[in-house]
Amino acid sequence: MASADARSIELLYWEGCPSHPQALAELRDALSELGRPDAAVALRRVASEAEAASLGFCGSPTIRVDGVDPVPPPPGEPTGLTCRVYRLADGRYSPTPDPGLLREALERLLGPGAAEGAR
Amino acid sequence: MTLRPGDAVPGFTLPDTDGAPVALQAGAAATVVVFTCNHCPYALAWHGRIEAVSRDYASRGVRMLQICSNDAERYPRDAPEAMRARVQAGEFSGPYLHDATQEVARAWGAKVTPDVFVVDSGGRLVYRGAPDADHRDESLRAAYVRTALDAVLQGNAVAEPLTKPVGCSIKWRS
Repeated sequence: MASADARSIELLYWEGCPSHPQALAELRDALSELGRPDAAVALRRVASEAEAASLGFCGSPTIRVDGVDPVPPPPGEPTGLTCRVYRLADGRYSPTPDPGLLREALERLLGPGAAEGAR
Repeated sequence: MTLRPGDAVPGFTLPDTDGAPVALQAGAAATVVVFTCNHCPYALAWHGRIEAVSRDYASRGVRMLQICSNDAERYPRDAPEAMRARVQAGEFSGPYLHDATQEVARAWGAKVTPDVFVVDSGGRLVYRGAPDADHRDESLRAAYVRTALDAVLQGNAVAEPLTKPVGCSIKWRS
């Protein structure tokens, strides 16, 4: 299995939504908690509706690990240049993923050794 | 157009979700105008706090008018039917108005959802900005709006009449 450091971790964002700096900070926090503080995160700006459609981009921000969304949108969610609506663990709406849910999902996607460095 | 504290705000008449015209009018001790929408996570995150302000200050003569100005063609979740569904679901205690031409949002200089404007009984702007400092912290209870209302209802100046509105950009028609 590839190491977590070799994984492709992307943050897709749209400039019209102000939430991606917070999402990036919380993604880096989660990676640090998983023992991967130096994992590379590629920022990818989505600039057009056509690009959003081709990428399956349902809103900003969207995180992907090897192309997989750790906090996937509901089935049938339309693509587009918009702010993405997440739900926190307690059900409240949020422009960014719940940090705890994100960490758990990243640990699953990055494999069983992902958190070793944090232990 | 950028409204500044002390400016007279532009009047408007917009339809609510039943099509009935609702006007910004004199008579209220203060009016809170919120540019909001259905699809924005910031607007949704703050909505409960804004509604609590509406309920808590209604008995003191404060009127709350919420307006959706987004381009409903590109953002169908902000279409009148979707607005009506939220009203019918009990999510709004006051009028939810549709600014189909976006003229009101332009006249008021609204930028994002939510963008909050507090107007005194004389029709002058006394606060413009965010509901409070953090969309994630419900304990803040839309404190910026409450502080502005408390001041204006007591006839005092608002200590912090401007904050930076935070949210999704208004979706203008191209």
